[in-house]
Amino acid sequence: MRPAQGLGFIYLSLITALLLTVIPVPFQFSLFRPDWVLLVLMYWTLALPRRVNIGTAFFMGFLTDVLVGTVLGVNALAFSVVAFVMAVNHLQIRNFGVIQQSLLVGLLLALYQLLLFWLSNFLTGVNFRPAYLWPVLTGMLVWPWLFWFLRRYRRQLKIQ
Amino acid sequence: MNDFFSRGPALGLRLVFAIACSVGLMFVDRYTESSTQLRSYLTSAVSPLFYVASLPESLISGASEQLLSQQQLLAENAELKTRLLNQETQLQLLSFLKQENNKLRALLGSAPVVEGQRLIAEVLAVYSHPFSHQIVLNKGTNDGVTVHQPIIDEKGVLGQIVSVGPNSSRALLISDNTHAVSLRAERTGVRTVAEGLGQWDMLRVIHLPLSTDIREGDRLLTSGLDGRFPEGYPVAEVINVIRDDSQPFMTVYAKPYASLDRIRHVLILWPGTQVEAVRQEEEPE
Repeated sequence: MRPAQGLGFIYLSLITALLLTVIPVPFQFSLFRPDWVLLVLMYWTLALPRRVNIGTAFFMGFLTDVLVGTVLGVNALAFSVVAFVMAVNHLQIRNFGVIQQSLLVGLLLALYQLLLFWLSNFLTGVNFRPAYLWPVLTGMLVWPWLFWFLRRYRRQLKIQ
Repeated sequence: MNDFFSRGPALGLRLVFAIACSVGLMFVDRYTESSTQLRSYLTSAVSPLFYVASLPESLISGASEQLLSQQQLLAENAELKTRLLNQETQLQLLSFLKQENNKLRALLGSAPVVEGQRLIAEVLAVYSHPFSHQIVLNKGTNDGVTVHQPIIDEKGVLGQIVSVGPNSSRALLISDNTHAVSLRAERTGVRTVAEGLGQWDMLRVIHLPLSTDIREGDRLLTSGLDGRFPEGYPVAEVINVIRDDSQPFMTVYAKPYASLDRIRHVLILWPGTQVEAVRQEEEPE
C-alpha cells in the first residue's frame, strides 16, 4: 500500500467548495448554483476511494447543513448515500467516457436532490418546485471541467 | 482488493453508521429545544467561512466607498439632511394624528392601537438554501425574546422568530418555503394569504377567486388576522397577475419590500404589549 500523502490538499479543495456554496451571488443565479461540495466529494471518492469515502462525506454534509441552514443531518445523510454508491462502483465508473460519467453524475445528483427534498418534506413540510432541479443540470455541465481540473490538481500535487 | 478497506469497517457498515448518526442529528435539530443554541455555536464556529465568502463583495463595496469624493459625500449628506427634515415634519403630524385617532377610538369604545416595544438585533448568519430561508439573530431569551415574535426592517416585514436560545434566535423569513402570512390589499381591503416559494424576490398570493379586484402595483399589508403579525405593516407589492379562466383561482405573485437577501439589522417587535398596559390602566376608572 502506497503511503498516504496530500490529505491537506484534499481538504483544501473541499473547503473551497464549501466557500463556493455560501459565496453571495445575485439571487437570480442562486437557483442554478451547482452542488459544489458534492461534486468535489464525488471526484475524490472516485479517485481515492480508500482515502475519501463515507466518513468524509458525512462530515462535509454536516458542515453543509450548518452553512446553508437545512435541518442538521439531512445533507449528511444524502452525501453519505451518494458517496457509498460512488465508492462501491468506483472501478466501473472510472472506465466510463466523459458523457457517460456526466450522465451518471446527473443521476446521482438527482438522487441527492430527491433524498434532500424527501427528508426536508418529512421534517419541515417544504413544497416541491421543478426549479429546485436546476443544480442537477448545471452539475452535469460542470462535471467534465471539474474532473479535468481536479485530476490535474491531484497529479501536480501528487496526492495519493 | 481484499485489503482495500482493511483499515476500519466495511463500506456498508459505514453507511449504516452514517445514516444512524444523521437520523440522530435530525431528531435533535427538529424535535429538541437545545438545537437553537447548538446551531448558534456551530454557526459561530464556521463564521470564518461566511466571512471569507463575503470578502469579495465587501471589498468591492468598501473600495467604492473609499473612492467617493468629498463632493459626493457632501451632496449625500445634504440630501440626507433634507430627507430627515421632511420626515421629522411628517412625524410631528403623525404623533398628532395618532393621539387624535386614539381619542376617537376611545370614544367608540375600542382599544387604542399603540405600537409595542421593539428591539434592534444584528444578523449573525443568513441561510440561503431554497428549503430554508432563515436568519440567526444575536438576541435570545436573555433579552426577553420569545418564539413567534415578528421581525421587520425599515422597508417592511421580514419574518418571525421560530426558536430561541439564551443569546441567539432563529427567524423564518416570509420567503421561506414553509411560511405564509395573512395580508390585506391596501387599495381594496381584499384579504388574502401570501406564501413563500424559497425565492428571495417572490411570494405567491394564494386563494384569490378570479373576480377579485387586484392589479399590479397594489400594496399588500399585514392584516393582523393571523395573530402573529401586527396590523398594517407593508409586506409586498403585486408584480404579476395571471387570470386563467380554466383555473379556480388567480395566480398572483408579489415582490417583498424588504430586500431579504441582504439583511444586516432587524427590529424585533412585541405586538400588543402596550395595548395590554393601556387596558389595565383604563379598567379602574
